[in-house]
Amino acid sequence: MAKELHSVKLDKGKCVGCTNCLKRCPTEAIRIRAGRARIVDELCIDCGACIRVCEHHAKVAVTDPLSSINRFKYKIALPAPTLYGQFKNLKDISAVPRGLMRMGFNEVFDVARGADIVSRAVMEKLTEPDCPQPLISSACPAVVRLIQIRFPELIDNIVDIRSPMEIAASMARREFCKKHSVRPEEVGCFFITPCPAKATAVRLPIGHEKSAVDGVISMMEIYGLLSNQIRRDQGDDADYVFNSQNRGTALGIGWARSGGESLAIGEEDALAVDGIDNVNRVLEAIENDRLPDLKYFEGLACDGGCVGGPIAFENVFIARNRIRKLVSELPKVSIDKAVSLDELEALGDEMRLDKPIEPMETLKLDADFTEALKKMDKIEEIRKKLPGLDCGSCGSPTCQALAEDIVGGYAKEMDCLFLLKEQITLMARQMVEISELTREKNT
Amino acid sequence: MHVLREEFDVVAMDFTTAGEASATIKRLLKKLGVNSSVVRRLSIACYEAEINLVIHSMGGKLILTVGAQDVTLTSEDVGPGIPDIDLAMSEGYSTASEDVRMMGFGAGMGLANMARNADGFSIESKVGVGTRIEMVFRLTDAQKTEGAV
Repeated sequence: MAKELHSVKLDKGKCVGCTNCLKRCPTEAIRIRAGRARIVDELCIDCGACIRVCEHHAKVAVTDPLSSINRFKYKIALPAPTLYGQFKNLKDISAVPRGLMRMGFNEVFDVARGADIVSRAVMEKLTEPDCPQPLISSACPAVVRLIQIRFPELIDNIVDIRSPMEIAASMARREFCKKHSVRPEEVGCFFITPCPAKATAVRLPIGHEKSAVDGVISMMEIYGLLSNQIRRDQGDDADYVFNSQNRGTALGIGWARSGGESLAIGEEDALAVDGIDNVNRVLEAIENDRLPDLKYFEGLACDGGCVGGPIAFENVFIARNRIRKLVSELPKVSIDKAVSLDELEALGDEMRLDKPIEPMETLKLDADFTEALKKMDKIEEIRKKLPGLDCGSCGSPTCQALAEDIVGGYAKEMDCLFLLKEQITLMARQMVEISELTREKNT
Repeated sequence: MHVLREEFDVVAMDFTTAGEASATIKRLLKKLGVNSSVVRRLSIACYEAEINLVIHSMGGKLILTVGAQDVTLTSEDVGPGIPDIDLAMSEGYSTASEDVRMMGFGAGMGLANMARNADGFSIESKVGVGTRIEMVFRLTDAQKTEGAV
């Protein structure tokens, strides 16, 4: 299978070429060309903002269908903590794994358990003398991508620990194989996701070679099936319940909400920021050394955190509140009680990032500095001619972006409706003048 | 050689626009493909200079000049001037008003921080007239300083 660069795709038949996504893309990665939206691969960070704003549902997340689990003899579901916030009247969290088992999975391993382990690993990391300051969470792949594109100087601050999803998949597979004496390749691990960026992170992992996850299933896709199962759950009609080995703590589940990660690691000088524009602004401040006392930065692309993911079913505020209530009813177990240092030790390198995260300097106008300077001049010259309304009718998100696109050879001046109108007026006037001249001659 | 020169006016005590010039300069340098560690040092110094103009001067401007070898950032203001530059350069010394400190500025690290981040730093000041600071950032030996921040 060809490796797709991104997990946000355009459904061409549904796109009407309006400017909704164009104007709302936080990295200006969309252009409208020939009446259809196009995603610029180098700039897209998979945040899914366009999925949320498209009224025509033309932006879709590329995930695996539920039927894809049948590629494997044994199937393990890895529910993201956000899943627990999707259902009305969920009295017992265990109803969710029971429902997943009845849908055809052979095992459920809580990603919140992976979050517990990452929390402990981060706590340990923060005590190391050469720990970067601030340490930046690696949990949100859209934020990591944003740092690669816009803040290459902050790459070394990203915590070198894999995501809860990856750690959960490694552990789940190993334990399943041990328990049932089966070979690892017979076991498929499937992440239940609220987030398209996670699907990309599985296909093209950032900071390590291969993902332990075999497929990513959209929460939206299984919502109907699973909520049916949960409604019918009697609590005792299935033999499956979570145990301490595969279940996360309240703090791990709390990772679904913005600030949950900081709460779990118990760091006083931590800052949790959600919403990609806010994250962008605070990263600017960190890059400018304006937050010298900050020890930990948790940045999440979606408003509200992962519960606000574009392919979660429930409204972010409702889901967030449900998570809050569920978490408050669970026993309070601290992270150092839930995850021992021996356990961390045992995971060893499996937990670490082992490939450098590369900067992606896609903002550069030209590889050659002198050329870039010349282009900058031309851009400025063109921008001055443009109306400055940032209307998006040309297909570029702002007048500045259009000027850059023209110089880059991706657009032309007459794509601007205002310049076009001026040009037509001018031509019309010239036509009149010419016809008057010829009439004078003829008379 | 092609040279780019941009001027940014900075208004005294206007906190709605404070930081905008620095943000624009940073974006511009990233688009030019200037080495990221140089961009970072310049951004830190530039933000300090801009905030100084906002809180200490009666208004001024930042001038960015990009050449083949280096980037020069100049801060010019009309203002009270600095009577004792050596004292002002020492970390922790500040003449910022209580109001300004309440806003989280005026910790007295500004000038020293600028000098530390720039490859070349010069300052001239006349009491009752104004201050001019020139900072030079080399582009070519960027490799040497990489990772130093």
